[in-house]
Amino acid sequence: MRFTLGWLREFTPVEADPVALGELLSDLGLEVEDARVVGEVPEGVVVARVVEVRAHPDADRIRLVDVDAGDGRVLQVCCGASNMVADDLVALATVGTTMPDGLRIAARRMRGQESNGMLCSARELQLGDDHGGIMVLGTPATPGTPLAEALGLRPDVVVEVDVLPNRPDALSVLGVARDVAARLGLPFDSEVSPSVLQDGPLDGVDVTIEDPGLCGRFEVCVLDGVEVGPSPPWMAERLEAAGMRPINVVVDVSNYVMLELGQPSHTFDLARVPGGRLGVRRARPGERLVTLDGVDRELDSSDGVVVDGEDRVVALAGVMGGASTEIDGTSGSVLVEVAWWDPPSIAATSARLGLHSEASLRFKRGVDTAIGARALERIASLLVEHAGATVRPGVVRVEGDLPVPPVVALRPERVGAVLGESFDVPSIRSLLEPMGFSCAGEGDLLRVGVPTWRPDCSTEVDLVEEVGRMHGLSRLPRTIPVIAQAGGLSESQQRRRAIRRILLGRGCDEAMPLPFLAPGDLERCGLEPTGLALANPLVAEESILRTSLLPGLLGAVAYNAAHRADGVWLYEIGRVFEVGGGVLAATDSSVVASRVLDGEREHLAVVLAGEDAAAAVRLLEAVVEGVGVAPMVLTNRPLPGLHPGRSAEVDLAGVACGSVGEVHPDVLDRLGIAERVAWLQLDLGVVLSMPVPPRQALPVSRFPSTDVDLAFVVDDRIPAAAVGATVRSAGGDLVRRVRLFDVFRSDALGDQRRSLAFSVRFQADDRTLTDGEVAELRSRIIDEVTSTHDATLRG
Amino acid sequence: MSSAPDDPGSPLEELAALVADGVAEVAAVKRLDQLGELGGRLLGKRSRLSSIRAGLRDVSADERAELGAALHEARGRLEQAVEDRRRELARAETADRLARESLDLTEELGRGRIGHAHVITQTWERLEDVFVGMGFTVATGPEVETDWFNFEALNLPPSHPARSLWDTLYLRTDGLEGVDDEQLLLRTHTSPVQVRTMLRAVREGWGPPIHVVCPGRVYRRDTADATHLPVFHQIEMLVVDRHVTMADLAGTIEEFTKAYFGADLTSRLRPSYFPFTEPSAEVDISQPDGSWLEVGGCGMVHPNVLGACGLDPEEWSGFAFGFGIDRLAKIRHGIGDLREFVSNDVRFLEQL
Repeated sequence: MRFTLGWLREFTPVEADPVALGELLSDLGLEVEDARVVGEVPEGVVVARVVEVRAHPDADRIRLVDVDAGDGRVLQVCCGASNMVADDLVALATVGTTMPDGLRIAARRMRGQESNGMLCSARELQLGDDHGGIMVLGTPATPGTPLAEALGLRPDVVVEVDVLPNRPDALSVLGVARDVAARLGLPFDSEVSPSVLQDGPLDGVDVTIEDPGLCGRFEVCVLDGVEVGPSPPWMAERLEAAGMRPINVVVDVSNYVMLELGQPSHTFDLARVPGGRLGVRRARPGERLVTLDGVDRELDSSDGVVVDGEDRVVALAGVMGGASTEIDGTSGSVLVEVAWWDPPSIAATSARLGLHSEASLRFKRGVDTAIGARALERIASLLVEHAGATVRPGVVRVEGDLPVPPVVALRPERVGAVLGESFDVPSIRSLLEPMGFSCAGEGDLLRVGVPTWRPDCSTEVDLVEEVGRMHGLSRLPRTIPVIAQAGGLSESQQRRRAIRRILLGRGCDEAMPLPFLAPGDLERCGLEPTGLALANPLVAEESILRTSLLPGLLGAVAYNAAHRADGVWLYEIGRVFEVGGGVLAATDSSVVASRVLDGEREHLAVVLAGEDAAAAVRLLEAVVEGVGVAPMVLTNRPLPGLHPGRSAEVDLAGVACGSVGEVHPDVLDRLGIAERVAWLQLDLGVVLSMPVPPRQALPVSRFPSTDVDLAFVVDDRIPAAAVGATVRSAGGDLVRRVRLFDVFRSDALGDQRRSLAFSVRFQADDRTLTDGEVAELRSRIIDEVTSTHDATLRG
Repeated sequence: MSSAPDDPGSPLEELAALVADGVAEVAAVKRLDQLGELGGRLLGKRSRLSSIRAGLRDVSADERAELGAALHEARGRLEQAVEDRRRELARAETADRLARESLDLTEELGRGRIGHAHVITQTWERLEDVFVGMGFTVATGPEVETDWFNFEALNLPPSHPARSLWDTLYLRTDGLEGVDDEQLLLRTHTSPVQVRTMLRAVREGWGPPIHVVCPGRVYRRDTADATHLPVFHQIEMLVVDRHVTMADLAGTIEEFTKAYFGADLTSRLRPSYFPFTEPSAEVDISQPDGSWLEVGGCGMVHPNVLGACGLDPEEWSGFAFGFGIDRLAKIRHGIGDLREFVSNDVRFLEQL
């Protein structure tokens, strides 16, 4: 909502300090987006009469314009625009003028022709957005008159406020002024203008409301002899300041009153309304209307429409008029309509058609149910004054279902209980009444009548809010409630942070790709294309929810490699969404599952570009050791998207919860990644929820330990971890450490076989082991490994 | 200066010559391993010194005493010479090694590798820590939400005009049982976590009082540009108890302001509108240059929201305060374009 300070001051005598006003409005919940001075015409800009327009001998795009600036001399000015003809009155910045953008006008030559000043567009003078050409005055003026004087311009401040969606009343100058006056205790809206309309039957006009739920009120008057010319400059200026383009006096008056009072109106060319009869109903399926913007629209049975005497649709109720009854330059009699439309109906039509007008904005939020008569009066009087119109006696007023403003019970005690500051009845009244609320009753209960312009107030807490707002929220006391609980992070939240610290400590940066994928992304990464699709994606590239962190992280590797950063190590912690399991939670509060979609999981994934699977396994061990979940089992197995010979499933405490290995070379190829990429992924939700009892410390043995090295030749398919586990279990409690220190392949060992060399450390807590004991353990381990794994002891 | 072995002269003379020759030889040795060898030759079992000692039993008692003393002295002098030389050589060898091994340690600069947490995570954790310090716990919820939790329970019934404030991304529900179209969505704010927390507290009997913060990722149907992302992050504080007021809200925000932004800054509330709180307010934080920075929204939990969560609004009241984590990260670290957050460009990540 944009308006000028001068306009606001017509309703309340607020001081003209833009900064103070801005702070005041913001404190009232009318956040000021912008406040700037307009209508200041630089000194030296005068009205000039065009004498002749000639072509420039050496430049196609430049005109030579001879103007008379009032002193009788003819000045030649070069000009890039060509929208003026002889005898037009134009805006001339004379030599010596400083333009709003700081440019100083000097006499100069353009392509050899002299130019004594500059003809200005409205935008160059910051008098409007029109940059289509030179500003040509619509009203007579004497050449040489300062432009500001000729246009009747006075500097003003344009204020733009961000009106909250629950405050339709503030979509008008009147409404903003009401809040300002109430806060400052100023007089408000005290000027009474004489009435031009006369009650009584209106000749030649008839209105019927067929759908009273759609239309609460429909009021009509007729103005005869309307001359459709330009609006007076002050009105055009205010409209432009408000961001609306002046069209002609009829349209402009309608817009002006809408901005001023918040009541949109519609004007019909009476000659084009057969029989002067109008009706209000819902559209019928198949009906169409060409709206004022020239678009032929198909209507829906939920749309409200205005029809003429022949039941033809002439306007889309509350949203936009029809082209067939538009006022054009020739019309004489104008039918003016103001109505109150059912907000949800207007919102639905506006949304369905994607048609959002200043009128629909106000109607869908709720126009003052009682402002219609005043708006009609204001429109009529402005047209009488500025369009030479005469009022046809009589007014038609038809009512449908108009909401009745409620009377709300307000407990003064409740005001204090919510706001934290007590307000007695007199102070509550002094805050509410200036805004138009009426207060009756005393003591424990006030009965508050809500004004017709405040549809947002229907319950007690709405009034509490109004008391707080008018008092000033920033003036409330500030107290700190006692929190009788210890704050803290949960076990799993702390563990998530611990994992993050480990990854950071080992050099991984944290990535955060968008969680959306394009169709085909999952397949490209070797994964099943099972991602959930969005119903209303903005672009196809972001239309599918990820089921894995792999595509996003590989995308990041490729991006960095393309920017000459290879070898990046990245991790991500984020949600993935799998279809499997379906929907867990019901649609209401009866189930409070921790997730709605069973397949929504928190994953951790790491990509190590330039590293092989071994690096990922080492990182995995660090993470698992760091968080203390145990035991971990890796099972070699081909996994989707990963190198089939370099991938393993990760089991923690008996639960399958991740994968480790290397990304499949085909996947890397498809993504244009030239390096190997090691991969690690854990279902973090599972890992974080595993119980981790405090680790228990055992005494460290004071007795010497003995190391024995054993090398076994085993089939490639037997995992080293399995052999190691056998070594450990065969050695029993006295085995303190089993370390695989060498893996060796040779032709002599045979195809598909390799030697695994373990160093086994024995130690007892209570004695030094004898050579005999160690020998005994050694042979037990050899027997167990050779028999269990079809292994042979190497030399 | 040496005596030939076949011309020993008197044993005492020979000893003197042995010592003199030995000391000279020791002094000439250049390496520690050679010194060990020489030491063995001069002082070991098969040395001349040992054989002279073995010959002691063949001399007279008088001579034996004299020769024994001379032998002892000769061995002492040789041992001393070897030991002195060993020290000398060891020192030289160490000095030599140190010289060989000397490094320009600045060559190693720039090769250290430490990961960088995403600046959103850094900000997120920092915010959590401030709230934890104020006595809050941390609650999270799902990113795929139902319409009921995201809107309806928050006083936004279907067709509520204010729903248009959120550009919502919905999920296609074909292939999913038990849900209708437009029921599953990507949460547009972290407020549904408030609803879940209140419902759970009531159901499980542990609250109110409730004091939680709910950080999380939220979604909006928006094209990524310098100031918008379709995915961003919020954190919301929720307090529910008996007799909590707007003044408590203002005080709690002020305390947070000083803890997070700085002790010399302050906060202010401006009236606003959110369907799930009433009164509602925008929160501004003062800036060192005197301007105000709008950081988020807050308000008293709407009675309808309390009611939807099974709490009697006459008995319980609550307040909430929520804001964008990304925005705070952007401001704190001078980030010009929000798209940097999802670029995953290490040249961005590794600066922070």
